[in-house]
Amino acid sequence: MESIKDEKDRWEKTNFKKQPSSACTTSGLDLKTLYTPVDLDDFDYMRDLGFPGEYPFTRGVYPTMYRGNLWSMRQYAGFADAEESNKRFKYLLEQGQTGLSVAFDLPTQMGYDSDNPMVKNDVGRVGVAIDTLEDMEILFDGIPLDKITTSFTINATAAVILAMYMAVAEKQGVPLNVLGGNIQNEILKEFMARGTYIYPPKPSLRLVVDIIDYCKEHAPRVNTINFSGYHVREAGANAFQEAAYCLASAITYIDEVIKRGIDIDDFAPRIAFHLIVGLDFFEEIAKIRATRRLWAKIAKERFKAKNPKSMMLRLFCGSSAREATLREPLNNIIRATVDMMGIVFSGAQSASILSYDEAYTIPTEESALISLRTQQILAYETGIAKVADPFGGSYFLENLTTRMEKGIEVMIDEIDKQGGILACIESGKIQADISKNAYEIEKKKQSGEIIVIGVNKFVDEKKQDEEVVLQAIDPSMARKQLEKLSRIKTSRDNERVAKVLASLKEAAKGTDNLMPYVRDAVRSYATIGEICDALRVVFGEYKESVVF
Amino acid sequence: MIRILIAKPGLDGHDKGAKAVALALRDAGMEVIYTGRRQGVDNILNAAIAEAVDVIGLSTLSGVHLEVAEELMQKIKGKNLTDIHVVIGGVIPKKDIPKLESLGVSRVFPIGSTFEEIAQGIKEIIDR
Repeated sequence: MESIKDEKDRWEKTNFKKQPSSACTTSGLDLKTLYTPVDLDDFDYMRDLGFPGEYPFTRGVYPTMYRGNLWSMRQYAGFADAEESNKRFKYLLEQGQTGLSVAFDLPTQMGYDSDNPMVKNDVGRVGVAIDTLEDMEILFDGIPLDKITTSFTINATAAVILAMYMAVAEKQGVPLNVLGGNIQNEILKEFMARGTYIYPPKPSLRLVVDIIDYCKEHAPRVNTINFSGYHVREAGANAFQEAAYCLASAITYIDEVIKRGIDIDDFAPRIAFHLIVGLDFFEEIAKIRATRRLWAKIAKERFKAKNPKSMMLRLFCGSSAREATLREPLNNIIRATVDMMGIVFSGAQSASILSYDEAYTIPTEESALISLRTQQILAYETGIAKVADPFGGSYFLENLTTRMEKGIEVMIDEIDKQGGILACIESGKIQADISKNAYEIEKKKQSGEIIVIGVNKFVDEKKQDEEVVLQAIDPSMARKQLEKLSRIKTSRDNERVAKVLASLKEAAKGTDNLMPYVRDAVRSYATIGEICDALRVVFGEYKESVVF
Repeated sequence: MIRILIAKPGLDGHDKGAKAVALALRDAGMEVIYTGRRQGVDNILNAAIAEAVDVIGLSTLSGVHLEVAEELMQKIKGKNLTDIHVVIGGVIPKKDIPKLESLGVSRVFPIGSTFEEIAQGIKEIIDR
C-alpha cells in the first residue's frame, strides 16, 4: 500500500504541472482525478460487499441478479374515468400483462367527493375519480382479482381504496388471502414533498399502521407500504437527504408496527423501496448501493430481524424528471438512457423511466414506447445486465459508496437526535431544508454553474422551448361522475350509512384498528368524502407549516 | 419595501417552484408571505388584505390558472381592491398569456422564467 502511495505521489508530480481544477458530485462530495487502492484503506470485501443475495446485500438482493430475472419494466399511465380505465385494463390483460397500475385524481387522493365545490376543477384531472364502491366495481368489472395484481398510487386515502378493492374481491368470491396488490401508503413523504395529506402526521401514521396490521392477518399477499425517497428528491432534496429521509421514515413506520406487537420478520419481507437514479451516474449508483447496505444493517442491528428477506432492499427505481428539459426535448431520451443505465448498475428490481415529452405534456403512445424500448435495448442488446454489480470493487465506486453511506448515516443520527422524522416534519425543518436545496440548485442552473445542454450551454438561438400542452378534461366525464354520485346517495340505505360512519368516528377516538370500520362504511356505499370527513372530525386536518 | 403574497391555489401539491420563487424574491429584497398549499381564492384574497400586500403571486401547475385567475380578478374588482397587483407563474401554455392579461393579470411568468426576470417584472409593476 505504501509503495502505491509513493508511486501515486511520483505520478502526480511528474504529470500535473498545475493542480487540476476541483470537482465534486451533485450532492457535494469532492472528487479526485484518480482513485487507487490507497482510497480503499479500510476496505473489507466480506464485511462491505459480500455476495449478491447475501448480507449486507451491497451487490444486490438476488444471487443471480438479472441472469435469473431481468428487472420488470413498468411505465405509468392514468385515465380519467373508471369505464375507460377498465377497457384499457382488459386490453393490457389480453396482451399478457398480469399487473395493473392505477392513478387517481387529486380529490380521490385527498378524500373529497367529486361534488365538493372545492374540487370542481380537479375531477378526473390526473387519474381516475373514485367516490364510492360503485366506481371501483366499474373499474374492475370482468377482471378476476385472483388472477392479477394491482398497484395503487394512493396514500392518505389508502384505507378507503384498499377497503373498496377488498369489497370488489368479496363480491367476485375471491378470498382475501389470495388477493394480491400494492398500495403506496407512505404518508410521511406526503408531508415532506408530495402534498396529498389529510390529517396531522400522528393520526395519519396510525392509519398506515392499521392497514399493515390488518393485512398481515387478513390479506397477507397485499404489499402494504412502499418506502419512498423518490418524491423528496424530485422536490429538491440531495442524494443524502433522499436516502436519509427515506430510511428515517422507514425506521418510524417500523417502530410503530413493532409497538403493536408485530415481529419485523412478519411484514418486512414484503416491503419495497422507491428511489430515484438521476444523471450524476456514479453518485447515484453509490447512493443505491450505500442505501442497500445501510438498510440491511438497520434491519439486522436496530430491529433484530432474523429473516434475511427482512434485510433486503427491494428496489423500484425511477429516473429523474427534474433534469428533463423543455428545450430540445429529444435530448431527454439520452438523459433517460443514462438514468436507466444507472438503474441497471444499481441492481433495481423494477424500473420506470421518463418519456422525453413529459416535461411539457402527457406522454404520447410514441414517446411512452421509446421509454420502454430504451429499457429493452439496454436489457437485450448491450450486455450490461449479464454480470451482477459489474462496478463492484472499483476503487472509485467503493470509495464513493462508503462516503455516501457515512453521510446518510450521520443524517439519520441527526434526525434521531431531533426526535425522529415525525418531529422534524412537524417542526417544518425537513420541508425547509428541501426547499432551500431546491432553490440553490435552481440558482446554479440559472447562473450556468450547473450545466444543462441546449439550455444554458451550447444554446441554439433558433430553438424555442416546447409549448406546454395540458391534458384537457372532458366536462361530460365530470358531469357523469356527479350524476352517478347523486344517484348512489339517494338509492343506498342512508340510515345504515349514518350508522357505520358514526361507529367509525367512535372507533377513531379510541385505539381500535380502523380497517374493519372503513370496510363496513365502504360496503354501505358511504363516499370517500364522507368517510374522510368522519375521520377529519376526530383527527383534525393538517395545516402545513409555511417555513421556507 | 414591496410586500408580496405567494399563493398556491387548488389541490395540486407541487410547491417546489412557489417556495423557490418565495426565497428568490426575499433575496431580492421583498417582504414575502407564503400561504401554503390548497388555498381557495377567498382565503388568498383575505390573506392579501390582512397582510396588506402590494402583489399576489399565484403558482399553478395543474392547469387551473384560467379558472383561478378569473375568479380572483372578479373578486378583486368586486371588492374594489384594484391596487393589489396579480402575477401568475408555473405551468402555463404561452397561448394562455393574452387571456390572463385580458383578465387583468399584470404579468405572467411561464416555466423557464428566471428569478431575475420575476423580481424585475414585479418591481416594474410597482414602479409603474
